[in-house]
Amino acid sequence: MAGKSVLKRIDWLTIFIFITLVSMGWVNIYSSTFTEVDRSIFDFGTLHGKQLFFIGVAFVAIIVVLSLESGFYERFSSIFYIGAIVLLLGLFVFGKTIAGATSWYDLGFFNLQPSELAKVATALALAKYLCDIQTDIKRTKDQLVACLVVIIPALLIIPQPDPGSAMVFFAMFFVIFREGLPLYYLAIALLAITVFVTTLMFGTIWVSIFLILFLILFFLFKRESYKIPIFPLITILVIAIAFSFSVNFVFDNVFEQRHRDRFSLWLRLEKDPQKLERIRKTIGYNTYQSEKAIESGGLYGKGFLEGTRTKGDFVPEQETDYIFSTVGEEWGFLGTSTVVLLFTLLLLRLVYLAERQKRPFSRMYGYGVISILFIHYFINIGMVIGILPTIGIPLPFFSYGGSGLLFFSVLLFIFLKLDSNRLKEGI
Amino acid sequence: MKKFLLSSIIILIGITFIGRLSYLQIFRFSPDQVLDDPAIKAIYDYPERGYIYDRNGKLLVGNDPAYDVMVIPREVKALDTLEFCRLLNMDKNSFTKRLKKARVYSPRLPSVIVHQLSKQDYARLQEKMRRFTGFYIQKRSLRYYDTSAGANVFGYISEVNDRDLAKNPYYVQGELTGRTGVEKVYEDTLRGTKGVQYIQKDRFNRDIGKYKDGILDVQPKQGKQISLTIDKDLQEYGEKLMHGKWGGVVAIEPSSGEILTLISGPTYDPSLLVGRKRSANYSKLHYDSISKPTFDRSISFEKSPGSPFKAINALIALQEGVITPSTSFKCYNGFYIGRNKKGCHCGGGTRNLNIGIYESCNAYFVGAYKRVFEKFSSNTEAMDTWEKHVRSFGLGSYLGSDLYTGRPGSVPSTKLYNRWYGEGNRRWSAITTYSNAIGQGEVNVTPIQLANMTAAIANRGYFYTPHILKKVEGKDITNPAFLEKKYTSIDKKHFEPVIQGMANVYTKGTAKWIQIPDITIAGKTGTVENFTVIDSVKTQLTDNSVFVAFAPVENPKIAIAVYIQNGYYGARYAGHIASLLIEKYLKGEITRKDLEKRMLERTLESEYAKPYSGEEFKINEYDWSKHAIKPKPSVPASK
Repeated sequence: MAGKSVLKRIDWLTIFIFITLVSMGWVNIYSSTFTEVDRSIFDFGTLHGKQLFFIGVAFVAIIVVLSLESGFYERFSSIFYIGAIVLLLGLFVFGKTIAGATSWYDLGFFNLQPSELAKVATALALAKYLCDIQTDIKRTKDQLVACLVVIIPALLIIPQPDPGSAMVFFAMFFVIFREGLPLYYLAIALLAITVFVTTLMFGTIWVSIFLILFLILFFLFKRESYKIPIFPLITILVIAIAFSFSVNFVFDNVFEQRHRDRFSLWLRLEKDPQKLERIRKTIGYNTYQSEKAIESGGLYGKGFLEGTRTKGDFVPEQETDYIFSTVGEEWGFLGTSTVVLLFTLLLLRLVYLAERQKRPFSRMYGYGVISILFIHYFINIGMVIGILPTIGIPLPFFSYGGSGLLFFSVLLFIFLKLDSNRLKEGI
Repeated sequence: MKKFLLSSIIILIGITFIGRLSYLQIFRFSPDQVLDDPAIKAIYDYPERGYIYDRNGKLLVGNDPAYDVMVIPREVKALDTLEFCRLLNMDKNSFTKRLKKARVYSPRLPSVIVHQLSKQDYARLQEKMRRFTGFYIQKRSLRYYDTSAGANVFGYISEVNDRDLAKNPYYVQGELTGRTGVEKVYEDTLRGTKGVQYIQKDRFNRDIGKYKDGILDVQPKQGKQISLTIDKDLQEYGEKLMHGKWGGVVAIEPSSGEILTLISGPTYDPSLLVGRKRSANYSKLHYDSISKPTFDRSISFEKSPGSPFKAINALIALQEGVITPSTSFKCYNGFYIGRNKKGCHCGGGTRNLNIGIYESCNAYFVGAYKRVFEKFSSNTEAMDTWEKHVRSFGLGSYLGSDLYTGRPGSVPSTKLYNRWYGEGNRRWSAITTYSNAIGQGEVNVTPIQLANMTAAIANRGYFYTPHILKKVEGKDITNPAFLEKKYTSIDKKHFEPVIQGMANVYTKGTAKWIQIPDITIAGKTGTVENFTVIDSVKTQLTDNSVFVAFAPVENPKIAIAVYIQNGYYGARYAGHIASLLIEKYLKGEITRKDLEKRMLERTLESEYAKPYSGEEFKINEYDWSKHAIKPKPSVPASK
């Protein structure tokens, strides 16, 4: 069945980028967890040794994924999805707690994180639902169902608590947008976020003035040919201003102090140096340290195993969520920009691959894969370099973690399998 | 459009990331981050500062250990502030203030909390130090002075300030650096190089080994010991003689240009500027704006030289061939400038070179000066020639010595007079500028320039640039600037008659009552009119007393210039002090005990108080009971 034909038609550029990222990831994990004590790289007592084992497991999984019929994934996607939901529910009973979050099953030699599995399953299930002949995304009911497919696993993950992973599922709205959900949903969401952030930064008054001015100018200078009704826009404006007024109330009364601190750190709201120092030492510590580590790398970096801040363990969780700071310190701007370019290239390549699919299921699943990888890459690096608030999710293919590596690989290679099969008619 | 939405977002995010990364890693990156890196701790090892010896190997400046209490603010845990303050002998407010200041400077780098504890305090504190995390004691060496003299020569060391830190990246806060004098000029030699060890730390501030296996570590290099050209005994003795007198004394060894003594009065004990009291004491000295003890008069005090400058004018006239030693001028107890008679106190009569010098006849030198101008067709040519000769004696310039401060003095030039009087032969002439002939007027010199000029005369036509450094680590200096003869523009043969005149100053001239048994001296007295401004009125003060001399006349070993403010005429204070110093240096002891006693006791404080008294006062008083010894030539210093 598969065999040679898969290897002939598979997209080798993607595989090449994948292998490069995984190797670079491992090198940096090695550096982050390196101690002067001389130990073999295959020593499974060390984190880099374990990661090497996981890489092996991932490759076995990839071979399995590629060997299966491509129709298998579409046919069994509902089963996967239900299985994932069951596993997520099971965490409430059998879950193992690590670092405060009940997100793992203890399998003895290995801790399985079902939320990673759920990402793959949800991407498959969403694609399956959207490509169903009876689904019409213009219908409100179908829109709701599609949203539910995405939101149910997210709702199960939030109380673990793991808000970062839960957020990833919302990225899959991209898929729904791609398949026809009206864009003004997105526009309104963006408007809400913008109003929220700008109100925190500049205050309600300025935001209101700006919004009103914008609307007036828009109507003064718009082309005659644009037939845009004025009243819905004014309604939106009024709602936006009301929202802006509510922001301060929500921020001061609904949010907890740690949330407020995160925002004020992210938006640079705090000007008092003493309070800033306090934030820097508590909630902003990770970001501050990782920024500093990256900064100290300079253009060329300090060299492999020469990162002083990496050696001194100044950046917490450096082998997992903050792995990118190791790249920054030891490989400098050359290293970091290479990683950014590789991810950009990978994502663009996947968009290209998705767009060339003939079968809607493959395309939609492809978009699911892109959304998941993109949101991880965007939030993780954004957080590590200090332009996004702290949200703990790993960098795909890079961060230490067995479940992550395994399911990111499976996620990607299912799509590559589908892609390799795109010219075959039928199943 | 939807097809491209995601792609454009991906590209946009990529650009944003690369922009942010280039800001962090290229724009904000600074290469000297080793000191800034919390993962690397630098441990300094300070070498001892080099000792300073005098020309005969006697110790002048050594070291005393001192202990600074340092703090690394971010490592400070909650502590018993009250007990700590009691141990350190400070009040709680200033403690919290300093801790805050240290935190502002850097939470990670060490700052000084208490400066320079004594050995006793250190012993008391040491065993309790363990209980105060974040604090530690850094050993440094402070200066110890084996003499109470020479403050102006040595200068002092103090902690580096923000300007030093910005200027020289070698220093880190709390280190000491030379401020003036030898300590400043030879800072690099004396200081040595501190050693540094870089330690890799983890985030709990534990040592986890050497940074990069220690390849950046530096071993400390000891400071070098140096010998000065100063003669310790002479310096101490001179400062004692200068007690209560303002002015400068400089002695030079003519055969080498080595500065034997460099005295400024009033001065202060160098050990005042050491340790915790340094800053308070310094303020006290610095704000004494009347006697200005921190102003080094020996090298920075510019005044008219007075009569000793006549020797230079004699040499210029001889060199230009306008006089011979036998040329004579008539003195009418004065001389005429146009219709105005200017006074002279030499006694009057016909004066040749010899008697002109030893009686210091104004008429003679004004005559000789006029002849120099008559030789040339234009005043500018004459002035340029005269100026060139004067400058060849090192006057009007920083000598290029290795002293930290100094002033160039001034020598008038064609340019100056053209500016004052206008250009052209008729605008100004020898008559207009006759003050130059007798060392008043526009010539200004510092005591060290006077001494150097005397050395050039003693050497019969050349000098070595005066310098203060004799040896480094026991090896003689090799700086060619100090080992080269600088020739004056006067031929050697013209010096003998002038030196003869200067020798006669002692045997039968203006200083005949201050001879030293068995020593031949050539000297020249000077009495310089000087003025000050009191309540915006130009007021004349008691004359400055000046004396230059070298001895022995043949094969001179010492050339000395003494400049005493308001000491009246040359032989009165300056002459006596010069003769005592020469005797001390050449013989090692003083035979004229009563003269010595008087010089040690007499002060000029009452003279210096006059302009500030707010009352009318007399100048140039002959009230000997108040001041010095009677000028009776027949009774040399008997009372």
